[in-house]
Amino acid sequence: MQPDPFTRLEARTLVVRQSNIDTDQIIPARFLTTTTREGLGANAFYDWRYTGDDQPKNASPFPVAGAGDRQVLVAGPNFGCGSSREHAPWALLDYGFRAVVSSDIADIFKSNSLKNGLLPVEVDAETHAALLERPGVAIAIDLEECTLTTEDGIEASFTVEPFARRCLLDGVDPLGHILAHDAQITAYEAAA
Amino acid sequence: MSAPRSLFDKLWDTHVVVPESEDAPAILFIDLHLVHEVTSPQAFAVLEERGLKVRRPDLTQATLDHSTPTLPADADGRLPYATEAAERQVHQLEANCAKHGIDLLGLDDARRGIVHVIGPEMGLTQPGKTIVCGDSHTSTHGAFGALAFGIGTTEVGHVLATQCVLQRKPKSMRITFEGALSPGVGAKDMALAMIAQIGADGGQGYAVEFAGEAVEALSMEGRMTLCNMAIEAGARVGMIAPDETTFAYLEGRERAPQGEDWDAAVARWRELPSDPDASFDKEVTVDAAAIRSMITYGVSPDAAAPVTGNAPAPANDSEREAAEYMRFAADRPFAEAKVDRVFIGSCTNSRLSDLREAAEVMRGRTVADGVTALIVPGSEAIRQQAEAEGLDAIFTDAGAEWRLPGCSMCIAMNGDQGAPGELVVSTSNRNFVGRQGKGVRTVLAGPATAAACAIAGHIADPSQYISTEARDAA
Repeated sequence: MQPDPFTRLEARTLVVRQSNIDTDQIIPARFLTTTTREGLGANAFYDWRYTGDDQPKNASPFPVAGAGDRQVLVAGPNFGCGSSREHAPWALLDYGFRAVVSSDIADIFKSNSLKNGLLPVEVDAETHAALLERPGVAIAIDLEECTLTTEDGIEASFTVEPFARRCLLDGVDPLGHILAHDAQITAYEAAA
Repeated sequence: MSAPRSLFDKLWDTHVVVPESEDAPAILFIDLHLVHEVTSPQAFAVLEERGLKVRRPDLTQATLDHSTPTLPADADGRLPYATEAAERQVHQLEANCAKHGIDLLGLDDARRGIVHVIGPEMGLTQPGKTIVCGDSHTSTHGAFGALAFGIGTTEVGHVLATQCVLQRKPKSMRITFEGALSPGVGAKDMALAMIAQIGADGGQGYAVEFAGEAVEALSMEGRMTLCNMAIEAGARVGMIAPDETTFAYLEGRERAPQGEDWDAAVARWRELPSDPDASFDKEVTVDAAAIRSMITYGVSPDAAAPVTGNAPAPANDSEREAAEYMRFAADRPFAEAKVDRVFIGSCTNSRLSDLREAAEVMRGRTVADGVTALIVPGSEAIRQQAEAEGLDAIFTDAGAEWRLPGCSMCIAMNGDQGAPGELVVSTSNRNFVGRQGKGVRTVLAGPATAAACAIAGHIADPSQYISTEARDAA
């Protein structure tokens, strides 16, 4: 399934300051018995949004209804650590996020996010600290230019692995890319 | 003369089908793809959508572990699944494997077990192989000198269809444990001490090789525990050079090379260890002799300290929140904390040596009043060996529950879990908020420490329960 193309996103931020937000927070394991990838937004950050008896929590940073115009999640360092579950980016996307910004984002989560059109943006410590102080700020993330700007003058650049960037901008299909090298794979197998 | 290469470099080089360029990652060939029920259904669905078949079912091994009950079937033969969805997921993998000709260790298979336990046990995990699985603890297999890492479900689909993944070569790090471990200290303590030292993101972006005297002295089971926890330091890959310990473990196993093939394989494997002058992007040393029995006190695996110590005072907002959740009083001994539940199991610590270590502590003793202890072997083979040795009787005589193999309370998606607010001492790998059930406070520890906590009813140092002779023999 090809993700929607990503070129430029203009939205507002939703800030959670905690470090080490793991994929069990993003979607608890009890929701992983699904055999599809649809509808997981209902379970995104479930235990942050709902009490033990499934009542909405008043103090949750995550609105019950979804991300709305706050499509950019700004979080503390080491976001997405832990389990390799791709259900985490599926849930965040379905909840309404299109990008995650942190000073450092865990490897497997980053890889999974890129494959689904959720843009992981790693910024320098100074930009990160400034964004953590500005919940709800209007932000533009441009994948063509690899820049992030806010309405009040924060400007930063970021890098995205070039192939993943091309996949997102131009709709290149990674599986198709590997399949196109079938002859080399066959030759490798024959030599092994 | 070619440049000196590390173990990781050698494995990378021999598996590149198409080298990486500025435009695209390398296409890397995968020698073994391990599959389980949770992260595979959507990948099989993609094959279906695109009309693709599984390229190499012969290099694919499936098992059932995450959603499976650890209690036996009822009188009507019905297994006590946590939910209908869990049962459907198990049946989905059975159907997918049948359709694509993939060998599945089904629920009645005497070889079934946790995916990272059965690979080594069957002899499928071998030095020099590339191994992937839709599971972050795939780093476990690096203990054999394999290049093994966790992947997401989209990549599971890529491997099913092409036997390849797209990968950029990560940076390399060597973590050298200098000196010998003290008596009674094990691989889990090494892992927790290492993570506390470098941080939960200290290994991010790196393939890590563990080296040094204390690593070489570890059994294969201990090496698996250490490599298993590499991901808790943020490193997708943890690996250890193969040696005589590795070869002795593998020889004669069902899927290991046999006869002349064995000799040829061992000769090849001897070439794999890092060359003496191999360079790494980062070098870290850990003082092995200084490591003590460790526990975690926070909600990230790097919040680890010696079990005999005091809970540190939080230094920032994240630590303050963690301390509030965990309810350890600052500057007070960990030993004052009452324990509600103990879990011994998971791909980190459910192997025979782990169970023996726990049994040594529990032998002739009783689990404290008010504590529930759950012992879950990593595989059917381990269960049978443990029962043949009488370990199950030691546990049940002590008042612990002896269950059927599976991931169980490590991920708590099969119904095995703690109750809100409970303090659970667990030999698993993650102390995240709610990981073992809503509101559960998880303390990570090695098997001896977990067993000691079950007996004492509070956080406890295992050394008081281990005889000097047993320690010397260990």
